[in-house]
Amino acid sequence: MLDYNFHWRPVFKSLPDLLAAGLTTLEIAALSMVLGIIFGLALALIRMHMRGPLKWVASAWVELARNTPALFQLFFFGFGLGAVGIHMSPYVIVLAALSFNCAGYLAENFRGGFQAIPDTQIRAARSLGMTAWQSYTRIIIPQVFRIVYHPLTNQIVWAVLMSSLGMLVGFRELSGETQALASRTYRIFEYFAVTAVIYYVIVKIILGASRLLSARLFRY
Amino acid sequence: MIQIRGLEKYFGTLQVLKGIDLDIPKGEVLSIIGASGSGKSTLLYCINGLEAIQAGTVSVAGTDVHAKGTDVNKLRQKMGMVFQQWNSFPHLTALENVALAPKIVKGKSKAEARDIAAKQLKHVGLGDKLDVYPSALSGGQQQRLAIARALAMEPDYMLFDEATSALDPELVGEVLDTMRLLAEDGMTMICVTHEMSFARDVSDRVAFFHEGVIEEIDTPANIFGVPKSEHLQKFLSNIR
Ligand SMILES: Nc1ncnc2c1ncn2[C@@H]1O[C@H](COP(=O)(O)OP(=O)(O)OP(=O)(O)O)[C@@H](O)[C@H]1O
Ligand SMILES: [Mg+2]
Repeated sequence: MLDYNFHWRPVFKSLPDLLAAGLTTLEIAALSMVLGIIFGLALALIRMHMRGPLKWVASAWVELARNTPALFQLFFFGFGLGAVGIHMSPYVIVLAALSFNCAGYLAENFRGGFQAIPDTQIRAARSLGMTAWQSYTRIIIPQVFRIVYHPLTNQIVWAVLMSSLGMLVGFRELSGETQALASRTYRIFEYFAVTAVIYYVIVKIILGASRLLSARLFRY
Repeated sequence: MIQIRGLEKYFGTLQVLKGIDLDIPKGEVLSIIGASGSGKSTLLYCINGLEAIQAGTVSVAGTDVHAKGTDVNKLRQKMGMVFQQWNSFPHLTALENVALAPKIVKGKSKAEARDIAAKQLKHVGLGDKLDVYPSALSGGQQQRLAIARALAMEPDYMLFDEATSALDPELVGEVLDTMRLLAEDGMTMICVTHEMSFARDVSDRVAFFHEGVIEEIDTPANIFGVPKSEHLQKFLSNIR
């Protein structure tokens, strides 16, 4: 260990490549959050209000997403679907797996959020002549959004970190890029140390932005 | 005019309303009194279509509330409702609470809706609270906010479901005063209430509910002066 000579120069030279890959990571995390929120909301509403096959599918989705390793979910979308002839690009595989996972976790958060809003809020909204859709979008969901805001922030952080699994299906996000560069130069420790710092900074920026946004959004 | 004929309502196998016949002409203030669980709230919900019914009809200004083709959202614009729990929308300011429905239900412009809301809030004595969130309002103020919110839709009828019974005693007066003002303006009102003085002083008629039927309905003077039914006599003696 003491014989090891650190060589940081190759890492710093490829910093632009690493930062670009960091943006890819951020992009896929953000996209999977958007999809995760949309599907998570739908899953929560289906599980609360419907019966029959659609509800079974929604429940299975949530159960699998929350109770199996995220890595297996990724492999399912990559190698599992690949085995039955459905081939997708690494980007799509990672996006699908992350969205699947986020939707499952968020669905439970949303469900808890909906249950925390008293029924009487809906009644009051409907009594004013609002449609069911208007009551949900104007009265219920904004309140649920506040309740799930912090879990949502945690989920974005989780998506950023979990996207690193993408390198195992050949996706060149931050970890994949680091791996590729590191194996070319054999400066494995240095590369991953710098990349860890980049992850750390990305997460801190997200948390800071989230705090600023919440102060603006929730004044009540 | 609200016209109720043979109204029956079940929750599962429990029959809560057992054949209600009732006419409420325009401009009338009707108070509904009765023991807990006798079906008073349920009746209000059936009148504005928040609960489905199993038999009979409810018609409001000639429209059958529970008929298949009826646009209940449109109908409810004519009927304001104020609940026991004040139900202000916590994520909106007082002004936004009141302006929302005129804007998205009636399609008023933002400026128009704000004007209507400011006017109604002033009317119920909350003119200095326009930009305050409900969490900073007292129970009585929130209940007046709920009244303003209903009035902003310019309803022809107002339904009150024990608007004061969740309030601290010292806040009851301000809400009752607001309701009185409304009655004096000629609003058609159905008020489920535990406030016997309000029922006696403000209403044109008082209906006594007992186990899902209207057991007695008459002028306040007769209901409180010469109650006929035994249940009503007992109910009143328990209150005094
Ligand atoms: N959603 C519901 N599901 C099942 N039963 C209900 C429901 N709502 C009301 N009930 C029952 O219907 C009966 C009448 O209830 P309602 O709320 O109309 O009474 P009320 O006269 O308004 O009483 P209170 O003075 O306590 O408000 C009660 O026995 C109540 O338990
Ligand atoms: Mg009641």
